[in-house]
Amino acid sequence: MKRIYAKFSLLLILFSMLLLAGCERPPIEAVQHGYRGTAMDLIYNPRTLAAQAPDNVVPASYPVPADGPKAATAYKNVKVLGNLSTAQFTAFMVSMTSWVSPQQGCAYCHNVENFADDSKYTKIVSRRMIQMNQRINSNWQTHVKQTGVTCYTCHRGNNIPQQVWFTAPEQKQGNGWLGNKNGQNTPSQSVGLSSLPYDPFTPFLLKDSMIEVNGDTALRTDNKRNIKDTEKTFGLMIHMSTSLGVNCSYCHNTRAIASWEESPPQRATAWYGIRMAQDINNNFMVPLTKVFPAHRLGPTGDVAKANCGTCHQGAYKPLYGVSMLTDYPYLRGSGTTTAATKTSLTNVSTVK
Amino acid sequence: MEYQNLFTQVQVVGPIHEGIPLDRYDRRNRIGKPFLFHLMGRIGNAQIGPIYLGWLGIASLFFGTIAIQIMGWNMLASVNWSPIQFVKQFFWLSLDPPNPKYGLKLFMPLAEGGWWMMAGFFLTLAILLWWLRTYRRAVALGLGTHVAWGFLAAIWLFLVLGFLRPLLMGSWSEGVPFGIFSHLDWTAAFSLRYGNLFYNPFHMLSIAFLYGSVLLFAMHAGTILAVSRFGGEREIEQIVDRGTASERAALFWRWTMGFNATMESIHRWAWWFAVLTPLVGGIGILLTGTVVDNWYLWAVKHHVAPTYPNVFGGITVDPAATFVAPPPPVPQIPMQGMKP
Repeated sequence: MKRIYAKFSLLLILFSMLLLAGCERPPIEAVQHGYRGTAMDLIYNPRTLAAQAPDNVVPASYPVPADGPKAATAYKNVKVLGNLSTAQFTAFMVSMTSWVSPQQGCAYCHNVENFADDSKYTKIVSRRMIQMNQRINSNWQTHVKQTGVTCYTCHRGNNIPQQVWFTAPEQKQGNGWLGNKNGQNTPSQSVGLSSLPYDPFTPFLLKDSMIEVNGDTALRTDNKRNIKDTEKTFGLMIHMSTSLGVNCSYCHNTRAIASWEESPPQRATAWYGIRMAQDINNNFMVPLTKVFPAHRLGPTGDVAKANCGTCHQGAYKPLYGVSMLTDYPYLRGSGTTTAATKTSLTNVSTVK
Repeated sequence: MEYQNLFTQVQVVGPIHEGIPLDRYDRRNRIGKPFLFHLMGRIGNAQIGPIYLGWLGIASLFFGTIAIQIMGWNMLASVNWSPIQFVKQFFWLSLDPPNPKYGLKLFMPLAEGGWWMMAGFFLTLAILLWWLRTYRRAVALGLGTHVAWGFLAAIWLFLVLGFLRPLLMGSWSEGVPFGIFSHLDWTAAFSLRYGNLFYNPFHMLSIAFLYGSVLLFAMHAGTILAVSRFGGEREIEQIVDRGTASERAALFWRWTMGFNATMESIHRWAWWFAVLTPLVGGIGILLTGTVVDNWYLWAVKHHVAPTYPNVFGGITVDPAATFVAPPPPVPQIPMQGMKP
């Protein structure tokens, strides 16, 4: 009898361990993020945070070199950052190389026999990306505040940022009348392994589909948003949550998800972030589609695009909110001018 | 100590019990030679069979099998007929309701909800036939029909979710998908869409009855196991002839909480709590979207939801009200000299 019980207990323990296999091992830390007693908490696991910390260290940078002869006059075919001094210009090129192509070096973008040559697609792209940096830093301070972004915010030493997205291809299925997944019901990291629609990016970060699903009246009036719309929005929200490593309660008061008055201020920042991603994808990435060689394009021939994870990479703020812009003031663009940029670098984003 | 064990301690092995005398018709439907299975005896009765299937049971299993087959083959097709992927992705796989554009149409392409309609129809048919079977078997044994009505309460919730509410909403797409994770995500999306279901008073009641059922179940099971050394498991006789086990159990609860149920009333408590859980839950679901669009705002309107102080240092406002998109970036870099 005793032995049978022992076997039973062992089986039970094994079974319960199996059930817990998908769970995260403690400890958890709850940080209050709302009025007391309302369960407005942010849940963190110190182990996860510790593992993530080395990825969010800002690389060493060079001090801004002195002013001098302008790059635009010293070098040929300089179309952006032309009014940097040659010293500033080359220092930035070195930084950019260490951010984007540390292995391949200058040759990743340049024809090393003629640096002015535009024959490499990477050079065209990086030029446009510099303009994108300036646009984000000047026109999207609603999202990036004064922290701003540099190439490193997304690239982190990779040719292509580790988290980019492509439009999901149509699901292939037998003869087409059986087994329609309808763009969901697949274990996908993009929606945190839920069964929600796994491409929330095309409708919300490329197109400007309606995200709000809640009505603003208690009783039924004219709100026609249905459950399928809600699942799409839900998928986008799961993506935002996993990209930032935060809970819903970081941006929402979860008792009233839709209410702005009840929401933490982070929600407004995120709202601008969605519009910023649309701007990046439509005005910078999509026009570059033809520039990229085929092997850089997605399964439907579309260009790699940005979502929240592209910059955030699991952190509530990219690089934990440390600004690299003080060392690279010319990336601020024309929208804002700080004291430093005003004196030496005016209107840097204007292309000649 | 032995009464706190997970497994049955007393397994009485006697002659196989064939059941009550039956007429010829019923006898023909009773199939299988009964046998004893020791391990089953540890968690229930060791005797397996005979089973009474009957035409209702056969019809129910037949239609139920069709429903499960439709779901299963659709799921298998959705992973391109790969058995390995079917197992790996099983919890994600799903048969979804029709697209919203079909409204309440009865016919649509199979891959866009037609299969879901059929699976739902056959599953409902199977469940209703099985309900009839529980009713008829109870009558045949001379029992009351309490189990059947309890089952019907659950069927009510099932019908509200998959049939009645979509009907009132004017779209089958409002129905629940057939799938493990997909129906859970549907549930979360449902609450998100209608402004937090926790503010739905019928949802509140349903939760109270659900947790109440669990509590009553635990209290009753604990009480009876605790007094079984005095013969407390003979509950039915003790309704009219209570004896020391009942008296001790009653005294225990009077001592600890001042009031006790009786051997009869505890079962009425449990039955009503169990039945009311899906009954009121179904009412809550039926009102959602059809009458109430935002339960949070409903709760604010009726002073159910309290107001909390704003702790974020300022009111967050909807940025859409003041947002002006920056003009498209100009000038573009000419893409000349490109050799892609």
